[in-house]
Amino acid sequence: MKGLAKRIIPCLDVKNGETVKGTNFINLRSAGDPVELGKAYSKAGADELVFLDITASYEGRKTFTDMVTRVAAEINIPFTVGGGINELKDVARLLNAGADKVSINSSALRNPTLINEISSHYGSQVCVCAIDARLDEDGWHCYVKGGRERTDRGLFEWAKEVADRGAGEILFTSMNHDGVKQGFANEALAKLSEEVSIPVIASGGAGTKEHFRDAFTLGKADAALAASVFHFGEINISDLKHYLYNEGINVRI
Amino acid sequence: MNVAIVKYNAGNIYSVVNAIKRLGITPILTDSADELQNADKVIFPGQGNALEAMTYLKAHGLDKVIKNLRQPVLGICVGQQLLCRHSEEGGVDCIGIFDVDVKRFQPIQHEDKVPAMGWEEIYMSDEKDDAANVLLKDLGKHPYVYFVHSYYVPVCENTLATADYILPYSACMHKGNFYTCQFHPEKSGDVGEQILKNFLNM
Repeated sequence: MKGLAKRIIPCLDVKNGETVKGTNFINLRSAGDPVELGKAYSKAGADELVFLDITASYEGRKTFTDMVTRVAAEINIPFTVGGGINELKDVARLLNAGADKVSINSSALRNPTLINEISSHYGSQVCVCAIDARLDEDGWHCYVKGGRERTDRGLFEWAKEVADRGAGEILFTSMNHDGVKQGFANEALAKLSEEVSIPVIASGGAGTKEHFRDAFTLGKADAALAASVFHFGEINISDLKHYLYNEGINVRI
Repeated sequence: MNVAIVKYNAGNIYSVVNAIKRLGITPILTDSADELQNADKVIFPGQGNALEAMTYLKAHGLDKVIKNLRQPVLGICVGQQLLCRHSEEGGVDCIGIFDVDVKRFQPIQHEDKVPAMGWEEIYMSDEKDDAANVLLKDLGKHPYVYFVHSYYVPVCENTLATADYILPYSACMHKGNFYTCQFHPEKSGDVGEQILKNFLNM
């Protein structure tokens, strides 16, 4: 099919060198060695991988540069690293270790010019801006510190700003949907895709294959990210991609 | 086998080093004219800005070294673009192996996002079977490969394979000992690995 394939991205939350996944950001369960898991996903047909150092964003720890070096040596698909990236030298360290892209979240809200700096130094394709947002009674709001602290920024105006500042992609996690496996936030995703001109990665809510299809068709997402459904074998990536292909979606199989 | 990778101010060169290592060969990363000329195979990677890259290559005399290489050379991404005549990125004259100019993608509709980033199918052109068979053999009919780019090389007489994003453009090119990929074989999974193997086996 013409054009860019829709991407399936397993996300590996990493803590102390181990992969973990929380339900609504808490209650962490262990799920193995990130490099081995990443390799297995790559073989199964994952289009990209995301490794997030989940402890770093609030403990101020640096991400696992050694793990990044190992991933770069052993895995032959693109990967993004996030967590604890506060300044340009963090970006330099991770890119030098072999990451293809970096994902910034709280630090971008704290210091939006970091987005401009990353994209002007390394190109916008390197800069993934992650946004954790929740639909509160007064609309969608951005959250920081792993979802524990609400900011005064609205999802859509912040998304437009990060695109204008040169981010290459938006990784949007709906906190209402994350961990509950009832589908992605398709309405908000579709609105995001209409309002910004950079790719949007859907995150939070995957429970079934149909949820991925809906994120691409109803949510108009360019990519869909999930963790626990892949880690615990509830959805096999190869099966998922064949299902999406049969549903008429452009996927790499 | 002696594989040299051109060392210059391009980003993410180590991805290419890692990919060649995964194939069991430790490449040398060098900007020495001697080492490049004496290698069995030369890889000219690229990620970043064409103007900055050409400025660096010219300042170090590498543009002429690359142009005069006689062994198989593989240009990757911006490496493909720099082997063309001219790039719209910074309006810079390039090395000029391929007699064609590099253009910037012009989005037509909202879905046309630039940079184009992700997996696209490539289509081998039928007429150029011989060269295509060397670089692109054993890949299946329309393999998916990984692209990251805002600029493209229009389809021309040196086009070996095309991709179609906004418009059809050159995904692979060939002229004499020069082979190129607009995509990143080092990030294109098993397909990319096969392309690198095919190149090293030339």
